[in-house]
Amino acid sequence: MPTNKDERDYDDVPGTYVLDSRSYRQGYKLNMFLMSLNKADARAAFSENETSYMDAFGVNEEQKSAVLERRYLDMLRLGANVYYAFKLVSHDRHPPQVMYGKMSDPELTFEEFQQMMLSGGRAIEGLRSKKENGDG
Amino acid sequence: MAKIIGGMGTSHVPGAGAAIDNGKTEEDYWRPLFQGLKPLREWHKKNTPDVNIIVFNDHATFYSLDAYSTFTIGVAEEFNPADEGWGPRKVPIVRGHPELAWHIVESAMSEEFDLAVAGSLDVDHGLTVPLSIAYDQPDEWPSAVVPVCVNVIQHPLPSALRCFKLGQAIGRAVSKFDQDLSVGIWGTGGLSHQLGGERAGVVNPEFDQKFLDNLTQDPMANTAYSHTDFIREAGSEGVEMIMWNVMRGALGDHVDEVFRFYHIPVSATAYGAIILENQ
Repeated sequence: MPTNKDERDYDDVPGTYVLDSRSYRQGYKLNMFLMSLNKADARAAFSENETSYMDAFGVNEEQKSAVLERRYLDMLRLGANVYYAFKLVSHDRHPPQVMYGKMSDPELTFEEFQQMMLSGGRAIEGLRSKKENGDG
Repeated sequence: MAKIIGGMGTSHVPGAGAAIDNGKTEEDYWRPLFQGLKPLREWHKKNTPDVNIIVFNDHATFYSLDAYSTFTIGVAEEFNPADEGWGPRKVPIVRGHPELAWHIVESAMSEEFDLAVAGSLDVDHGLTVPLSIAYDQPDEWPSAVVPVCVNVIQHPLPSALRCFKLGQAIGRAVSKFDQDLSVGIWGTGGLSHQLGGERAGVVNPEFDQKFLDNLTQDPMANTAYSHTDFIREAGSEGVEMIMWNVMRGALGDHVDEVFRFYHIPVSATAYGAIILENQ
């Protein structure tokens, strides 16, 4: 059985973040802070003072600055799951494509991401495997 | 006795629900989707069951890192549309069917499916968007609902085969239920999409169409995929497709495809819908 440190076979998929035992532990407080934004009064309290609101959840400095600067990709790297990160986008009243575009490599604006999808979406070719791409 | 009248698979993209709620279905972006769904809605008008069993997933709404159950059945009299971060959708309250829900729990548990039971469950877009796709904007939903919530977010997830077997157990439970009820079974989520990471926006029409073909031609082939197969080929959120296996498992060995629609994009998703009837 895999332990928390072991690699998973999906680690080979490029540009992909999966909520599992490793990110669960790394991102527990970050995700629980994000989860709290499901409630209207919590969203109001977060708007009032984002830093102190996150402090109450024990979000660490690195995670906090990623949230404050809306660096969504860094949030995922620091353990956030995309569905939890959604709460922040919704709080900001932005369409989700803003977040998808910011996470994309290279980074895309809302319009560019929207246009990519309207043109048939991001092609899977070349994005299946780090090993196949020679960067595993 | 209760009888399953058919199965539907549909994506549950929140944007599609918002388009309906905000009267945008005739806009250029949305028209192809809602034009394509017209025959699906016609089918539902002619085939409205007493109860729909809706297999869906929660998106950090009811479940969180606090606790997570692999399979959950909602046994309440009713389920409120949830606040997922932008306020609850203004859609009708979802009427439950506690008798059938508890019967499924008891029947499946006797077959070693250890289901969680939810007596209070706010349902998010995973469940309410398929209702809007099928029934548009009625004052009340025409059918009661038994929600079946599957963990497809927090790994480890149930296998694609386990989902199919759960569907079989649900199918057996329905056939043993001692009321004359017509029952629909819906699998929701998918098709290929990835929302997070540098690869966000990835879709795979070839994989999706094969998956849809397999539902009639070789349903067991869809149970042989690993989670990594889904993540690699259909995106990290494409793994939601395992919930369609629950729907397929509840149907008979041989089914007819009476409707299929596939469209890119709906938000960042390859949208797919299918209707299957037992032969």
